[in-house]
Amino acid sequence: MNMTVTDEIIAVTLIWLFVFVYAIAAAIDFGAGFWSFFYRNRKKNNMSRIANRYLSPSWELTNTFIVLVVVGLVSFFPGVTRVLGAVLLVPFSIGVLLLAVRSAFLVYSHSVDRYKKTLILISGLTGIFIPALLILVLPITYGDMIDTSGGVERLLWGELLASSSTYAYIAFAVTSTLFLSSLLLSDYAHVSEDHEAYRVYRRDALILGPITLLSSVAVVVTMQFDAPWMYENLFANQSWILASVVAFALGYWAVYVKKPRLATLAVVTQYLLAATGYGRAHLPYLVYPGVTIESGFTAESTFHALFISYLVGFAILTPGFLYFWKLFMTDRQYLKKR
Amino acid sequence: MDQVVIARSLFGTTMGFHIIFATLGVGIPLMILFAEVMKLQTKDPDYTTMAMRWTKGFAVLLGVGIPTGTIAAVQLSLLWPEFMEVVGKVIALPFQIEIFAFLLEALFMSIYVYAYDRLSPTMRIVSVALVAFGAVLSAVLITNVHAFEATPEGFRMVNGEVVDVRPWDAFFNRSFPVTATHVMVSAWMTGAFTIASIAAWKMLRMKKKDMRLYAFHRKAMMLGLVVGGVFSILTAFNGHDSAQHLYHDQPEKLAAAEWLFETETYAPLLIGGTLDRETLEVKNAIHIPWALSFLSGNRFDTEVRGLNTWPRDEWPPLFIHTLFNGMVLIGGLLTAMSVVGFGWKRILKRDVFPSWMMWGFVTAGPLAMLAIEFGWIFSCTGRQPWIIYRIMRTADATTSATNLGMLFVLFTAIYVFLCVSVVAVLRYYFNRHPLEKELADL
Ligand code: HDD
Ligand code: HEM
Ligand code: HEM
Repeated sequence: MNMTVTDEIIAVTLIWLFVFVYAIAAAIDFGAGFWSFFYRNRKKNNMSRIANRYLSPSWELTNTFIVLVVVGLVSFFPGVTRVLGAVLLVPFSIGVLLLAVRSAFLVYSHSVDRYKKTLILISGLTGIFIPALLILVLPITYGDMIDTSGGVERLLWGELLASSSTYAYIAFAVTSTLFLSSLLLSDYAHVSEDHEAYRVYRRDALILGPITLLSSVAVVVTMQFDAPWMYENLFANQSWILASVVAFALGYWAVYVKKPRLATLAVVTQYLLAATGYGRAHLPYLVYPGVTIESGFTAESTFHALFISYLVGFAILTPGFLYFWKLFMTDRQYLKKR
Repeated sequence: MDQVVIARSLFGTTMGFHIIFATLGVGIPLMILFAEVMKLQTKDPDYTTMAMRWTKGFAVLLGVGIPTGTIAAVQLSLLWPEFMEVVGKVIALPFQIEIFAFLLEALFMSIYVYAYDRLSPTMRIVSVALVAFGAVLSAVLITNVHAFEATPEGFRMVNGEVVDVRPWDAFFNRSFPVTATHVMVSAWMTGAFTIASIAAWKMLRMKKKDMRLYAFHRKAMMLGLVVGGVFSILTAFNGHDSAQHLYHDQPEKLAAAEWLFETETYAPLLIGGTLDRETLEVKNAIHIPWALSFLSGNRFDTEVRGLNTWPRDEWPPLFIHTLFNGMVLIGGLLTAMSVVGFGWKRILKRDVFPSWMMWGFVTAGPLAMLAIEFGWIFSCTGRQPWIIYRIMRTADATTSATNLGMLFVLFTAIYVFLCVSVVAVLRYYFNRHPLEKELADL
């Protein structure tokens, strides 16, 4: 579509940015939960500890971003709440229930040593199911799974479960979660100079990279059948997708030659490029074909007030974020402790 | 069951559960802050131990408070889509700014907890002050939306369409200041009394009097009683303002709270009693003559509208009378309690409290929490049948999605489970890390 910069475009870009930040942060968060579970029985090395140490200070912040996504969507595009509210009620309710169980157990496991293993099991497994559930919003907004007869929207569960897109997206969500988290944890272990943990996470990243790429191809292939309108749009935006493949190649190469920081940055860039291409292809629809960014948009004056509140809010918080980063991500003394 | 009834029950249950942790999330950081400040003032290391133990407990509570809040936010959008459409257009600001409050709280909470030993004493106080500030800010902002539901301003409805939106007028709606203050001071009061309750319980359960431990708990209890006492007085005064705001802005809620059916001057305040639903006759209530008129307008001859002046389908449910009574009664009781405790220690200079008094203190925290529940249910249920007062009915705002019954069961089960597990975890942790050991390790 023709991209003149309107308020609607700014708003949807912001939302997309929040979704992106949440997706990356949550993938790493959920993945770290999973790895801490997966490697729970290794005595000799510290994979689990590295994952946990990363998780402890960060899960609360990550959680805030899902709230930001929900609140942002409702305040920028209130016109979309009715449809999405109706069709996402059940999948999202189950999602937040799992999230509640997971967060609680994550916190509990710091206090109750005796049950640590059970607790890690629960937070690890739920961490994999949650991305699988949340990603369903993407195939659902294709539109074919929404029944609009009688003036009320309903999710067609049969269609959802029968669609190959559903499974492609789920595979994509799960593999991305694991790939991104193993990459970041390898970097984190590298900075912490925990060589054994670094070796294992690097190996995991090497295995998962190609699988993730494959699942994203599956998403595009199934899209061709389930959302031809979007598939066509994606072609119009193919330069973004191609650039993202290049970034992936760079990242994968960096893992291979043991430059974990570069690898992480390249892969995050890969997702950013792909998400941009995907997002542009999705426009102008929020939910195909009924709700577009124009039809769902908030009141003009509210948008302007919100926009200013973002500028002021992030300006005030930035020093806090920097301080946080300094304390937890770059303090070598802290990272190496124990 | 009726769709609307299930949706309301589901949302009410979620909020009733979240508010327990949310209130403690506002109240306890303030107590931690006070403990850190006391440490700086008195150089008494006991206060550091207190701050650390309360922080540990608070971190566990966050593990339930944050996810239930996330559930609340998601449910609000999922269950009341028509309402959220208006919210999104008109009163999105507080929700959005609240996110920054959450971020502030989360950032500095992590810093305070996970970097405690790397912070200077001043940075500790700054961090925990920012945690407390972020928490209370988020409470004030969410209350802003609640206040907007009672006194909607800053837009017009024309043929079901929202027009002429002025977001800042909506934000600074009439009842925001008084409501937000009430929520704030009552949460601080509840946090303080909760601390006092726990300390009193520990003192009572002490098998042989170890004066060292007794003194530790007594310091915690006194801090709780003093802070709680101050805020309970503020809560009562501000509650009076809240009632006057009802008189002006939601008179039928006040009338239902006082079971006033006929419009009267010199109207009485009713305590307790039973109501015959057919004849609308009140029996066995204690009447305080003229008090309702005085409460409403500061004059005994103030005219107070009775419920009969509204059509029946606009009446709030009448059981809110009991909730209102309960809240006010508890407020009075708790103020009295802290005055007694303070007088005993500081004026009569006694160091050991009689056990009847201690048992009283033990109930303070749970009672305050009960008052919070009463107050909220009174306020939200008393707004019925409106979701936005005189603009949108709750029934017209409800989702069309089915399956709500199943979700209600699922969510309730999770809340029960979280409730049991959080208590178990707290008990386990503090049994494993008794105060004796921590004081000995110093
Ligand atoms: C520790 C808790 C606590 C205590 C002791 C009190 N309150 Fe309260 N009250 C609340 C906690 C609370 C609350 C839970 O925070 C509410 C619910 C909604 C709100 O705005 O605050 C509330 C609401 C609320 C309302 C309804 C406002 C509305 O619906 O818009 C009124 C009129 C009062 N209160 C009045 C009082 C009075 C006269 C008290 C006398 C001591 C009192 N409250 C004590
Ligand atoms: C946290 C403490 C709160 C509690 C315990 C609480 C309790 C309740 C209850 C019991 C109901 C059901 C009312 C009924 O059907 O009789 C309800 C409804 C509702 N409350 Fe609250 N509430 C709280 C805070 C809030 C806040 C801060 C908001 C504003 C954002 C809010 C907005 C609503 C809405 C939109 C409904 C549904 C529509 C309605 O029934 O009017 N509540 N709440
Ligand atoms: C007046 C009643 C409320 C108060 C005082 C309150 C206060 C708080 C506090 C202090 C927290 C931080 C967590 C904690 O300390 O346990 C919190 C979390 C949260 N609350 Fe509430 N809340 C209230 C009602 C609501 C309502 C109605 C919603 C939904 C719209 C909501 C949404 C949230 C969310 C999303 C979080 C999690 C934030 C995060 O991810 O960090 N709250 N609340």
